[in-house]
Formats: sequence, structure tokens, C-alpha cells
Amino acid sequence: MSYLKKIIYNCKQATFLIDKKATSRLSLRETIELRIHLYGCSFCRIYKKQSRMINEMVQELFRSSMKREAKLDENFKNELQERIEAELNK
Amino acid sequence: MTLNPHKWVATHADYLYAYAITRVNDEEQAKDLVQETFLAALEKTANFEGKSSERTWLTAILKNKIIDVYRKKSSGLKNIEIKAEEEQSDFFEADGHWVAEHGPKEFGIEDKDHLINKEFDSILKKCMEKLPALWMAVFTMKHIDEEPTDTICAELKVTSSNFWVIIHRAKLNLRACLQKNWI
Repeated sequence: MSYLKKIIYNCKQATFLIDKKATSRLSLRETIELRIHLYGCSFCRIYKKQSRMINEMVQELFRSSMKREAKLDENFKNELQERIEAELNK
Repeated sequence: MTLNPHKWVATHADYLYAYAITRVNDEEQAKDLVQETFLAALEKTANFEGKSSERTWLTAILKNKIIDVYRKKSSGLKNIEIKAEEEQSDFFEADGHWVAEHGPKEFGIEDKDHLINKEFDSILKKCMEKLPALWMAVFTMKHIDEEPTDTICAELKVTSSNFWVIIHRAKLNLRACLQKNWI
């Protein structure tokens, strides 16, 4: 397979680069290869869009569940504070 | 800044619990972690320099405890590498092309305000629960806590090349799970 054909065929590598690019800098060679691949591959263009969307959604999910859910019950809290007081009085 | 352990539970317990449960996904374990955090903090009060807030200091202690959980849960990296290799062949052909059934399809919500779609959110949650603990750890540390890659690699004891593989695996699997359950 020619070098160019390898880039065009390799969705496995392209998706890897898409995810890497989201948080770090690609080398010049990687940038060019990814651009060539994306130009011709509609699957990976969708992947790129969805990859970013998933990041945003996961972030939002964490933020909202930090605000909403998860309250400790009062019994547990009382016992916990008692335990701390006991430790302090040791 | 000074510490006031008499008020710790009232002031910080719910926050720490929420922090823990979104990361370990287990109520009992999250409770244990909160308790361990306070008890460990009591031992370390002398180390508190007052540079950060009490909450930030306690959260840092909790975070280290969560990392220990991740380390214990991940049954060795070798295992993960093998699994990753297997799953890789599930998604891609030998020449690197998408396997036909796994080729990404539009979800139909990419261009909308996807943050308010409750139904999609609950699918996303379920899909996240299926991820191996170490992947989830890497993913949350990178995308939620926005920690530098070097720090994450050092804390979780993964190499930087493994780090990228894990991030990518997590994403491929999450996306595939969403496609399967949404479309």
C-alpha cells in the first residue's frame, strides 16, 4: 500500500489522533495525516464531532451530579462527627 | 486559614461524598472514603499550612484515597492492554478501516443543545458505568479535574503511551455504547 493510501484507509489511527488532539499537541506529521484522512472520511468526521460532544456531556454530567445528588444521611454524619470528636479527645 | 474539625462533617461531608461517589460509583465505598479522609486528615493537621482552604485540603486527601481505589481495582495493566487489543479488532478491520456495523452514525443531536437531553444523559451514565475503573479514572482526571497528563501518569502509574491508549479506548467504547443504545 502506498503511504498516502495507508493514511486514507487507517481510521484506527485517525480516531486515535482525534482523541489525542483533544488534550495535547500533535506533531506536524500527525496533523497533516489527520487532515488528509478527515478530508476523505465521513465516518471519522462524525467521530470527531461526537468525541468532542462526549467530552462536554461527561463534564456536564459530573458537574450536575455534584450539585444535585448524593447527600449523606444524618445518622451517618452524626456518628462520623462523634468519631472525630473522640479522636480529638484522645 | 485554620482547621476546625468540630465542623468538618457539617461543612464538608456532603461535598466530599458527592465528589467520591461520582468517581467510584459505589455508595458504601464512597462513605468509607469520606470517613477515611477525615480520620487521615486528623493525623495530618500539623501538615496543614493554611495556604489552601480547608475544603481544598480535605479534597486532596480524598483524591489520593480514590487513586488508591483505582489502583486496587485495576487488575494490572497487562490485562488491560490485552483487552484493549481485542476490542480494537472489534471496531476496526485489519487494514484500519471501521468494521461496517461500528462505523459512526450521526446521533442527530450533535448540533443541538445536547446538554439538556435527559434521556441521552441516562444512557451516557449507564455507558460510563461499563468502563473499566482505570479507564474511568484516567478519563475523569483528564477531562473533569483537568490535570496535566504527566501528573495522571505518575499518580496512576501508567506510561504516557498507555495513557493515550486508555483515553482513546474509553472514548471508542463510550461512543459505541451510545450509538448502540441511542439510535
